[in-house]
Order: sequence, then C-alpha cells, then structure tokens
Amino acid sequence: MSLVTPEAFVLGMSALGAAIVMIGILGIGIGQGFAAGKAVEGVARQPEAQGDILKTMLVGQAVAETTGIFAFIVSIVLLFANPFISML
Amino acid sequence: MELGPRIIFSIGDLNITETVCYAWVVSIVMIAFALISTSKMSRIPKGSQAFAELIVEFIYNLVGSTMGKQHTNFAPYIGTLFIFLILGNSLGLFEQRPVTADLNTTFALAGITFFLIHYNAIRSKTLKGYIKHLSDPYPFMLPINLVGELAFPLSISFRLFGNITGGVIIMALLFGGLEGITEGMEITIPFLLIGIPLPANFFFDIFEAGLQAFIFTMLTMVFIANGMTSQEHH
Repeated sequence: MSLVTPEAFVLGMSALGAAIVMIGILGIGIGQGFAAGKAVEGVARQPEAQGDILKTMLVGQAVAETTGIFAFIVSIVLLFANPFISML
Repeated sequence: MELGPRIIFSIGDLNITETVCYAWVVSIVMIAFALISTSKMSRIPKGSQAFAELIVEFIYNLVGSTMGKQHTNFAPYIGTLFIFLILGNSLGLFEQRPVTADLNTTFALAGITFFLIHYNAIRSKTLKGYIKHLSDPYPFMLPINLVGELAFPLSISFRLFGNITGGVIIMALLFGGLEGITEGMEITIPFLLIGIPLPANFFFDIFEAGLQAFIFTMLTMVFIANGMTSQEHH
C-alpha cells in the first residue's frame, strides 16, 4: 500500500524540477554583472561615450539573458501547465 | 493560481481574451493621440503637437544612429512598435494584465520582425546573395545557419514574454501575500496594500516596461540593418 498518490508524487517532483531549473539563473547573474562592470570601466575611461556604452551594455545584457528566460519558461510550464499530470 | 489571460467574451469558438481587448485599447489610445496632435497643426508647435514632434524626433534620431542615416524609412514602424510596447508593458500600473504577458502578442511581433529582416535582406542583396550569405562559410553549414535564423524570433519573443510574465507573477505573489497578512491580523481592509507595493510597481511597470520595449526595438533595428548590410563585409 502506497502512502503517496501518483498525482502528489508527480506534482512534488515537478515543483522540485522547477526549482532546480532556476539554478540556470546563476549564469546570467554573473554574465550581466561582468558586462556592467566592464561598462563602468569604459565610462570611467571615456565619460563622453556614456550614452553609447549604456545602449550597447543593455542590448548585450538582454541577449545574455536569453538562457535564463528559457529556464524560467520551463519552470513556469512545470508549475502552472504541468504536462505530466495528463500522462498518468 | 490562474495564470492565463481571462476570456472577456467569445464569438462562436473564437475566444476574445483580455490581451486582445487591451491591445485594442492601446491601439485606440495611440491612434487618438496621433489624430489629436495632428488635427490643428501650426508652424510654432504647442501643446500635444510639440509632444508628438518630440517623440517623432527622438525615434528618427534613434533609428538614424542605430541603423544608419540611409535607413530612416524604417522609423514609422520602429516608433509604432516602441510606443505600443511601452504602453502595453506598463498596463500593470492600472491593475490590468500587460498585453505582452501573452506569448501570442510577443510571437506575432517577433514574426513581423522576422519577416522584415528576411524581406529586406533578400531585397537588398538579391536571392542569390541571400542564399550565399546563408551558406557561409561553407555550403554544408546551410542547415545550421537556417536553425540559427529560425531561433531568432523564438528567443526575442520568449525574452519579452518571460520578463513581463515574471513581473506579473511577482506582483501577484506580493499582492496576495500582503492581503494574506492583513487577513491574518483579522482586518477586513487590506491597508498594507497602500504604498508598500509601490517600489515593485515602479520597477516592473515603469523601469522594466521601458527597458524591455527599448531592447525589443533595438534588437529589431540591429538585426534588420545587419541583414541588409552584411554583404559588404564578405
């Protein structure tokens, strides 16, 4: 006799999976921080180029963010639109 | 917790969600502003005409400095996209669901961008040059380059959708938590909602909305210009 119903097991494991997926955010934190630090260096060296540096930094950070956004969407799907419940 | 947009009404099998309704509202606001600000044009601008001229000048400068002076004919589309995204992203200020917190909206916009990139690339370097550019540096790299091109609308739409939806979820959690605290103190009026969510509102509905709109339009401009001019380098 089982103590845990299959639905509860799948839901719990999905929540764990959603949490583990979000570890991928670690990378963008480091990457965006690195880009911002380099931008600060650039502005300190050339204060007149601040507008261009800011624009380039924002676009670069947005592209670096993509992997984290994919991780976030996988996490949302696991939490709110779970595909495994219908397989039971 | 219900995450999808609510269905306002449906015509037969066609469901009209709040995303579509708010997109209409944003479009009507934009069209009304354009009509009002250009109805009584004077040589010395004042009132709404001055504000509209400020916006137009800003957009033209942005497009000119990003895509090059010869591509300013893209400015009307870019400007419309930018203003639509700013207004659509910041609907959370009115306690409504942002238009772009729906994958359908962002994917449609990314589809327009994708079509513009490839249409202008083919138009500016002919079909032969376009295929030659795709099979660069070696012909057997063609499938890999194709996958790379097809991944672009996916990534740009998911980026906008993910950022805005993350904001929506965090705001919902914040409001829910504050309401729960006041209910725990057995006070019927959720007085904690006054002022406390304000910094989060500012970040997600003003700062993040403008930033994501800027990034979407910026990437659109960069990729269109890139596709049109990359022939000169090879």
